[in-house]
Amino acid sequence: MSLVLDVAAGAVGGGTSILYAALGETISERAGVINLGTEGCMLVGALTGYAVTAMSGNPWIGVVAGAGAGGLLAALHAMLVIERKASQLASGLVMLFIALGITSLFGGSFVSRTIHAFTPIALPGLSKIPGLGKVLFDHDPLTYLSFLAAPAIWWLLFRSRWGLLIRGAGERGEVLAAYGYSPKTIQYLAVVAGGALAGVGGAQLSTAYANSWFEGMTAGRGFIAVALVIFAAWDPLKAVAGAYLFGAALALSPALQARGYALNQFALDALPYVITVLVLVFLSRKRLHAAPEGLIRTLANAPAR
Amino acid sequence: MRARSVVWALSAVVALLGAACSSNVSSGSASGPSSSGSATGTPGVGGSAIGFIFVGPKNDYGYNQAAYDGSQAVKAAFPNLKVLTAENVPEDDNATRVMNSMISEGAKIIFATSYGHLNPAEAVAAQHPDVVVVQQGNIITGTVIPKNMGTYFGTVYEPVYLAGIAAGKATKTNKLGYVYAFPISQSIDNIDAFELGAQSVNPQAKTYVVNTSAWCDPGKQTLAASSLLSQGVDVITQHQDCTATIIKATEAAGEYSVGYHADASSLAPKGWLTGSQWNWGPLYTDIVKTVLAGTFTGSKYNANYRVGLKTGDNPFVQSPFGPSVSDATKQLIATAKTALSQPDGSPFKGPVYDQSGKVIPGFEAGVVPSYATIENLTTFVQGIVGQIPKS
Repeated sequence: MSLVLDVAAGAVGGGTSILYAALGETISERAGVINLGTEGCMLVGALTGYAVTAMSGNPWIGVVAGAGAGGLLAALHAMLVIERKASQLASGLVMLFIALGITSLFGGSFVSRTIHAFTPIALPGLSKIPGLGKVLFDHDPLTYLSFLAAPAIWWLLFRSRWGLLIRGAGERGEVLAAYGYSPKTIQYLAVVAGGALAGVGGAQLSTAYANSWFEGMTAGRGFIAVALVIFAAWDPLKAVAGAYLFGAALALSPALQARGYALNQFALDALPYVITVLVLVFLSRKRLHAAPEGLIRTLANAPAR
Repeated sequence: MRARSVVWALSAVVALLGAACSSNVSSGSASGPSSSGSATGTPGVGGSAIGFIFVGPKNDYGYNQAAYDGSQAVKAAFPNLKVLTAENVPEDDNATRVMNSMISEGAKIIFATSYGHLNPAEAVAAQHPDVVVVQQGNIITGTVIPKNMGTYFGTVYEPVYLAGIAAGKATKTNKLGYVYAFPISQSIDNIDAFELGAQSVNPQAKTYVVNTSAWCDPGKQTLAASSLLSQGVDVITQHQDCTATIIKATEAAGEYSVGYHADASSLAPKGWLTGSQWNWGPLYTDIVKTVLAGTFTGSKYNANYRVGLKTGDNPFVQSPFGPSVSDATKQLIATAKTALSQPDGSPFKGPVYDQSGKVIPGFEAGVVPSYATIENLTTFVQGIVGQIPKS
C-alpha cells in the first residue's frame, strides 16, 4: 500500500476513538460544561467495554456498558459542577484520577483475558473503490457508526429543538429558565451524553481497534479530544476533520519507519501535541467568539473561584 | 444533608483512589514474629522477610509478571521468610520509600526488578549496609561495587537469536517485523540478534523495525503492526511490556508471531512460532541462598552478574514451538543452541557488519565479544531496514 493510503487508513482507524470523545465533549461544552475528565470517561469506557465483552461474549453489550460507565463518571462531574458549583477544571481532573485509580484496581485481571472482539468488515462494493475503499470502508462497525454519529449530532445541535435547549443552556441559562425549562436538567443530560460518547470511544479502542485492555491505554487521547473541540469551534463536523488529522499524526511515524525512512522519531512523536499547541495559539482568540457564552464566563471566572 | 452526603461520597472516592494508586506493600504470607534489628556484621543475614519491587502490575502478561512469578518461587523455597511484594513502584524516590518500609518490616534482602530502580537501590544500599540490595538488568558503573549490592540479568538476546532462526525459516516474503519501544541497548541487541539468527538460515531475510516510544500503548501497537503488515511483513516480533495487542493483530492477519516476555501461544494458535520468556525462580532462589549463607560479599552476585547459555541457567528461555514449525527447523535451532553454549559461541561472533556493510568495531572476524561489549552495542546490523532514532 502506498504511504499516503497507509497513513490515511491509520488516521481513520486510530482517530475514531478520539472522534467519539470529541463529539461527546462538543455536546457537553455546548451546554456550558467543560469536562477535562473526558480522558477518564474514555478509560472507564475502555475497561468496562472490554470486561463486559469478556463476560458476555458480545462486544455490542460491551460497548453499551462502556457508554454507561463513561456516562456515570460524567454524571459525578455534572453533580459537582452543576449542583455544587465546583470548579469545572478541577472537578474534571479529579474524574481523571478517579478513573485511573478505579481502572487499575479492577482492570488487572482483564489484562490477560481474550475477548470476542469487533473485527473489520470490508463493506461489499464500497471497499473495492481504489484507494478510498481501503481508507474508509474496511473498518470495524463502531468506525462506521461514527460516520453516522457526527452528522447526527450536528443535526441534533443545530436543527433540533433539543439542540436549541442545549445551546440555550450553554449561552444564557436564565432565558431558558424564563421559558420554563430547567437549565440544570439540560446540562446534566448533555454532560452525561458527552461522557457516554467518550465511553464509546474508549470501548472502540479496547474492543475494536487494539483488541486488548491495559492500564492507562487511552494514553492522552481524551485530552487531545478536549483540545480538538476548541480547534473545531464546537462544530461536530469539523471535529471529524480534526480527529482524523490527529489520527494521521499518530499514524505517520510507524508508516514512515516501516518503509525504512531515517527520521527524528522523537519529533514525530511530539507532532500531535505540537499541532495541538499551534492550533490553540493561532485559533483560540478568533475561535473564542464561537464559544458558548456560558463557557467563556466559566473560563474567565475560573481563577477567581 | 446533601452537603454531608457529598462529603461522604468524596471521601469514599478518595479512599478508593488511594487504595488503587498507592503501591501498598502486601505481605506474601501470614505475618510471623518480626525479629528485625538483629544486625550481625554480614549483610542480608538475620532478616525475617525478602522484599521485591516491580515497576508495573504483577499480571501484565510480561516482564513484571515474570518477576512476580520468580518472587513466588522464592516464597515456596523459603517458607520461613515473609515475601513482601510491591507493584507499580515508580523509578524515583517512591522506590526508596517502599524499599525502606520493607526494611522496617524486617526485610534484609531486596530485589529491585526494574531497569530504572538502580538509583533508588543504590541509595537504599548505602543507607543500610546490613541489607543486600540486588537490581535486575541495569549496570553499576562505579569502579567499586558496594559490599551489599549487585546487578543480575540474563543474556536476553540468545533465545531471541534462536527465535530469529524460526522466523527466517517461516517467512515467505523475507520480510520480518520488529516493534520496539525505545532505542536502548537491550532492544538494539535483541533486534540485531533476531536478524542475525534469521540471516544464519535465510540470507535474504530482512527485519523491518518500528518503534512506539512507549512500553505499552495498545493504540500505537496496532498502528505499528498494521504498518508492518501492509509492507508485506509476515513474521512479527516485539520488545514491548504488554504483548497481547500485536500478537492478536498478527494472528488476525493470518501471519506469524514470535513472542517476548511470556508464552502467548494461546493468543495465536495458528501463527505462533516460538518466543523467549523469563524463568527467574532458580536464579532468585540461588541469590537468596547465597545471601542467607552469609557469603554474598565477594560472590559472583556481588557484581554485575550476567548469565547466558555458556554459563548455564539463563533465566531467559525459549518458549514452546507452535504447530507450523517443522522438525528440520527445530533441529537447526537445537544445533545453534549447542553452538552458543560452547566457550566461543555467541550470536555476535565476528565479523558482524553494520547497515553500510562495514565491520562494527569490536566485532571483527573471529572475535567473540564479551557480554559488556554486546550490551554497549549502538548500531543496527546489516539486513535491518530502518534507522535508530536520533535525538
